[in-house]
Amino acid sequence: MRKNIILCGVGGQGTVLASKLAAAAAMNRGFGVKTAETIGMAQRGGSVFSHLRIGDDIASPLIAKGQADLIIGFEPAETVRMLPYLKKGGSAVVSSRPIMPVSASIGASVYPLGEIMDYLKSRVENLTIVDSDRAAADLGSDRVLNVVLLGAAVRTGELGVTEEDVMEAIHQRLAEKFHALNEKALMYTADK
Amino acid sequence: MHKEFLMGNEAIALGAIAAGINLAAGYPGTPSTEVLETVAKRNPGGIHVEWSVNEKAAMEVAAGAAYSGARTLVTMKQVGLNVASDPLMSLEYIGVKGGMVIMVADDPGPISSQTEQDTRSFASFSKLPLFDPSSVSEAYTMIQDAFGLSERIKSPVFFRATTRVDHGYEAIDVKDTGEYNTNTPEGFIKDSSKWVIFPRLSVKNHALIEKRNAELSDELSSYPGNTVKAGDGKYPRLGIASHGVNWGYTLDALGGRLPRLLKIATPFPFPEKLAVEFLTDLDEVLCVEELDPVIERALTYVCGKYGLKVNIRGKLTGDIPPAGENNVDIVKAAVNRFLGETAEDDAKLPEPPPLPVRPPVLCAGCPHRASFYAVKQAMKGQKTVYCGDIGCYTLGNAQPLDMCDTCLCMGAGINIAQGIYHIEPDTKCFAFVGDSTFFASGITGVVNAFYNQADLTLIVLDNSTTAMTGHQPHPGTGVTAMGQIVEKVSTEAVLRAIGLTTVETVDPLDHKPAVETVKRAAAQPGVKAVIFRSPCVAVTKPKGRSKVNADKCVGCRRCIKELGCPGLTFRDGKAVIDDSLCTGCTLCEQICPVSAISGGEKNA
Repeated sequence: MRKNIILCGVGGQGTVLASKLAAAAAMNRGFGVKTAETIGMAQRGGSVFSHLRIGDDIASPLIAKGQADLIIGFEPAETVRMLPYLKKGGSAVVSSRPIMPVSASIGASVYPLGEIMDYLKSRVENLTIVDSDRAAADLGSDRVLNVVLLGAAVRTGELGVTEEDVMEAIHQRLAEKFHALNEKALMYTADK
Repeated sequence: MHKEFLMGNEAIALGAIAAGINLAAGYPGTPSTEVLETVAKRNPGGIHVEWSVNEKAAMEVAAGAAYSGARTLVTMKQVGLNVASDPLMSLEYIGVKGGMVIMVADDPGPISSQTEQDTRSFASFSKLPLFDPSSVSEAYTMIQDAFGLSERIKSPVFFRATTRVDHGYEAIDVKDTGEYNTNTPEGFIKDSSKWVIFPRLSVKNHALIEKRNAELSDELSSYPGNTVKAGDGKYPRLGIASHGVNWGYTLDALGGRLPRLLKIATPFPFPEKLAVEFLTDLDEVLCVEELDPVIERALTYVCGKYGLKVNIRGKLTGDIPPAGENNVDIVKAAVNRFLGETAEDDAKLPEPPPLPVRPPVLCAGCPHRASFYAVKQAMKGQKTVYCGDIGCYTLGNAQPLDMCDTCLCMGAGINIAQGIYHIEPDTKCFAFVGDSTFFASGITGVVNAFYNQADLTLIVLDNSTTAMTGHQPHPGTGVTAMGQIVEKVSTEAVLRAIGLTTVETVDPLDHKPAVETVKRAAAQPGVKAVIFRSPCVAVTKPKGRSKVNADKCVGCRRCIKELGCPGLTFRDGKAVIDDSLCTGCTLCEQICPVSAISGGEKNA
């Protein structure tokens, strides 16, 4: 098996933790894993990404353009920014909630949300949109969006791991007091 | 042995621990910081671990310990090596007794640095051997080799990794505690003919160093990290040479195609014999490198020296970009051009809609925002220059604050402000320096400005941590890398001891008093200081978050346009506060002209 996954969003959203949980889940399955991510200055509310590569015989931690099986997008505009990495026929799981950068709030740049969502819908063959506001309301927490998205990503089948694998990873990597909420987030699907 | 999923920097730390280090010292800097943090966290017990005040201090501490027979590790980022280069360049001539490895993290891109300097070039300048690992797993074994070599040749050696190795993760095999090497230092043995640098000792040791490096070049030709991989015969006259994480990019880019390959893990001393073996019978070689064209130049030299007619290509011939970080796509394009093959058609996506630019910004509630805003308000209408420095607060340059006119290197802002003052005495010059930067290299700058009769206002942004690199302690925090509680070094006392008479401390989140303090201080002659003290929001918990009363909000956008806080947005004609970002700093409450914002309770 070989899977290339990109996680992207805004610094502070928990992309790094989601990437680590997915990596740990894959390791628990016995797969080789390599990752690369943004650490440092860009974490301060800037665009961030993680490259996650699962499988054996992987030489480098970075994914080439057009080679990602799955993009887990924590933010619509950031997902569009990383779309050149998605392979033809690839999948994307995207949070519906835009995060306005300061540049847009003070009028120095624009955020055309409607166009951005339309672009995603027309360009991604297997697109899952997660209603983050609703998930936060249903779960009673704004802090587990990363695991909600990870759960949706697992259910696309493109991660090569199961919900149980991620659950195990949550138990391994998070403090016990966070287990219940994160498990709920992992299994969360909005009622239709 | 057991398996662990490790960041490159964690693997480097565990490798050093397995090599039996007795002491580790460093100064935080992306992408190097996690090495020392991991040594502290995984310390089997006997290792002295310290965040030194700067890289020069770390280098000297490690040298002293290595003189005494200890195995020592020094960690820093590439620009930190510039700070440490004074002791290093002399240490090269003196040498060490215990193994000493200088771990330097280079930052192609640069992603979080001022420069794209290449420590491989520094290695040849300082005549010290250098190891350049290509992956997390190789980093783990190679750092142990580095200690072995250092101890054998009685000289410090470099261990250089780049961001994608430092911050890459891999599941690797690591030693169990019982398999660790132990090293019991003999102690310092007095011998002034050995440990005291004098010109005659330097010239004697210089000759020995040159001889040693020539011998090492031969020896390293058979080092397992340096390898020639035979081609599959399809490209009999072509070869590709690479190093570090670019080796992985090259293999991925080749995707199974196999010209003859050369991997260089010790660019200095360059393994010449291995290079000759690689070059023999080739017509053309592509060097896939990041930062400086070190291998490209070395191979060109080897061709000249041994009369080999091989065309060496790379950065100098325009085949590889001269600057910036490489990736698989860049390497793939270069490799395909070199092999005379075309890539499969990239399915070009149609132009996406315009995307918002999203540079890093000061966090919501960051006290630096309040400090900058207070100075901006206090100095309204006056001719000013704001000299910034290295840290989160460099982000004060962004709109709408626009409060960072210069930024050069650690601690430079103070004397840059001084220099501007001497040429432009009618300008109110300000220098902003963070608390950790103040201790690292700000103090000498203040002494210089004070002694040489400058007129400037020093603003110390004291958030009680080294925030940008992930919250390491420093002399002002009263905690060490090993978690010991120690006496704090007082910024105020240091400034007063230098001779400053105006040293005022104020909470920047109290906007009006903050503005008044700056006005008062800036009006004084000479060098004066305002210390803005308020803890970093990333290490404190908010008490109460601010809310906009939509009935009162008149939609003037003053809060948004003045502060540029990422927690503030504008929706349906009203300001809106993102509850998940707000820390309750109350700055927006204090500047709202209609008192429409309330509920915030700032951190103590």
